[in-house]
Amino acid sequence: MAFEIPKTVYTGKIKEIKLGQGDKAVIVGGETAYPFYLFEGEMPHPPRIAMEVYDCPPEEWPEAALEPFSGVTDDPVAWAKKCIDDYGAEMICLQLLSTDPNGLDRGADEAAQVVKKVADAIDVPLIVWGTANHDKDVEVFRRVAELCHGKNLIIGPVEEGDHKQIGAAAIAYQHTVIASTPIDINLAKQLNILLGNLGVPDELIIMDPTVSGIGYGIEYAYSVMERMRMAALTQQDEKLQFPIICNIAKEVWKTREVKIPETEDPKMGDAKKRGILLEAMSAMCLLLAGADVLIMRHPEAIKLIREMITELTTK
Amino acid sequence: MPLTGIEIFKLLPKTNCGECGVPTCLAFAMSLASGKVELAACPHVSEEAKEKLAEASAPPILPVTIGTGESALKIGGETVMFRHEKRFENPPGIAILIKDTMDEAEIKARLEKASQFQYERVGLTLRPELVAVKGESGDPAKFEGVVGQAKQKGGLSLILMSDNPDVLAAGLKACASEKPLLYAATRDNIDRVAELAKENSCPVAVKAAGLEELAELTTKLTQAGLKNIVLDSGARTTRQAFEDQVIIRSAALNKKFRPFGFPTITFPCEMTDDPMKEAVIASMFIAKYGGIIVLSDFRGESLFPLLVERMNIFTDPQRPLATSEGIYEIGGPTENSPVLITTNFSLTYFLVSGYLETSRVPSWLLVKDTEGLSVMTAWAAGKFSADVIAPFVKKCGIESKIKHRKLVIPGYAAVESGGLEEELPDWQILIGPREGAHIPAYVKAWTP
Repeated sequence: MAFEIPKTVYTGKIKEIKLGQGDKAVIVGGETAYPFYLFEGEMPHPPRIAMEVYDCPPEEWPEAALEPFSGVTDDPVAWAKKCIDDYGAEMICLQLLSTDPNGLDRGADEAAQVVKKVADAIDVPLIVWGTANHDKDVEVFRRVAELCHGKNLIIGPVEEGDHKQIGAAAIAYQHTVIASTPIDINLAKQLNILLGNLGVPDELIIMDPTVSGIGYGIEYAYSVMERMRMAALTQQDEKLQFPIICNIAKEVWKTREVKIPETEDPKMGDAKKRGILLEAMSAMCLLLAGADVLIMRHPEAIKLIREMITELTTK
Repeated sequence: MPLTGIEIFKLLPKTNCGECGVPTCLAFAMSLASGKVELAACPHVSEEAKEKLAEASAPPILPVTIGTGESALKIGGETVMFRHEKRFENPPGIAILIKDTMDEAEIKARLEKASQFQYERVGLTLRPELVAVKGESGDPAKFEGVVGQAKQKGGLSLILMSDNPDVLAAGLKACASEKPLLYAATRDNIDRVAELAKENSCPVAVKAAGLEELAELTTKLTQAGLKNIVLDSGARTTRQAFEDQVIIRSAALNKKFRPFGFPTITFPCEMTDDPMKEAVIASMFIAKYGGIIVLSDFRGESLFPLLVERMNIFTDPQRPLATSEGIYEIGGPTENSPVLITTNFSLTYFLVSGYLETSRVPSWLLVKDTEGLSVMTAWAAGKFSADVIAPFVKKCGIESKIKHRKLVIPGYAAVESGGLEEELPDWQILIGPREGAHIPAYVKAWTP
């Protein structure tokens, strides 16, 4: 029977942006079809995975998440190197947990020195994620941007409330900004417009739609991302034609469901594998919705997702 | 694609008799197009028009039911490519594979898992629905025996797997009344399997080598008068299986390609030997259009996330999930434990209760019904204000469980504290953190 494969009509393309610098810089974006719809269009750059590093020893992580990094969790440089050398990380995301005003409240200078050390020690692109406290993030990112001039860091979350200050620092010192909005396509578009008005060039913007894991509202992020891609690719909405970054690991590993021991609830199965799968399966959903960069934690979850990306992008 | 009002109008008598309750035929056509009235309301419509309209209004992906009674599984009936366009209708069925060559203990253990692995979440029971019995031995009697065991277990719908019609027929002897899914009709056996499906009024799956053959085979089945069909393109690589799922859904919805207007069946169990990888592949099929997902085994660590993902993806975007109103005990609270109140949006509840558990401070959590709205939206809509919180606090029974009278309200509802102090004169109203993440520090510092 003659069967013709139906094809979506695409009129737009996701912008290509370069993250990091030098030989290990990566390019993301460039899609001309829905995620992995290779029978309809191109996905010239496969989605990338950044491995998490924290700038202070994490508390309340389940054993399964700590074990792969034992011995390095009090040293961000060693941690980052371990991710690259032992687990093949192609990007690092330094989470600036220590700067949280409700936590350790480490000063901007000190935090920026740590970022600089990590940035100098590695050659893969470095994402630096703040605490979403506007005043503190502005202070920290001004120092970080200046100290790491020329590294093309990826810094954020940049929100409407602090986009002018952090955006200006990013323009001045050539870093990519993470335009972050709370699961809302209109706010995402608006922030991209504001950043554009401020003078942030398109190739220095990546979007964070705000994500959560399975069981914690992943369906909201999933649909907002699908709508973003639909608007970008089929409705020529230029202000949504940016790559998407998803900071998913910390959302998954903070939930109750990754911590319940099997002895307490045998039907939940092995706790370590459950944590890995909740991370990998959440990442899988976000990939299908349009993630270009995933920030992940557990090496085994990363390995599973890398395999899926390879298989889905190899014709 | 459904007919427009104008297209329907052309098929109507155009007499404007008004007997349908609407003054003109055009107005009736418009109401029909938007699904507000039934065609049967028009007493004068011709048989020919009835047929055309029925055909046009048939769902582009037919629903298929597997099994009988309360535990029957309904799949298919999907109308959109993306959940935000309306909603996904019927969550995929999840099956455990049982081979008739497995030893007795293994078969028993698997049946036990299939019926025992159930999880409560936001007042719903999440569970797998299917057992797929595979005739690996080729021995009809053996197959019949195992199918009989699965039937006896009860509460699960069945898939009978074999490409040998004699084996399928033997399985049917044990469970035809349960309306199992026959897997599968292939190019080589299609006539006999179609006959079995027809005789026993069972749903039947088609397994093809590629999409073209799939279209041919389903056409053959529909011509034989079968409607309860499930599709398997035969692809077993991640790339091809994903692509086929998308193409099948798109052809059915966007091109009204009838041969693909049925739900699909997928086999992560045949795509990898690694159970972890299998689970991730299954998670892909939940989001991307699997109608049935057959797993090599059930393990709590993968089944639970899959069932929750399925609930998430198949939640109606227009109706947020809510948890029920009441008092939730977290970590065995006592009469001197803190009392916090929040709204019944399921995510709000999960986050707040999760953070309370993390804090290891035993607490009472009061959950007020706000019609599934989060704290900020509920407050803005007047569903989480002093005049509704106060009566709930009084009536819910918390006062008899505690010695103190201190109520922690969410930081985002801080402006209600004055009103609450008036409405609850015995109580001291404390303003808690705005963000869930700050709850552990807050309750650790709390004193009665």
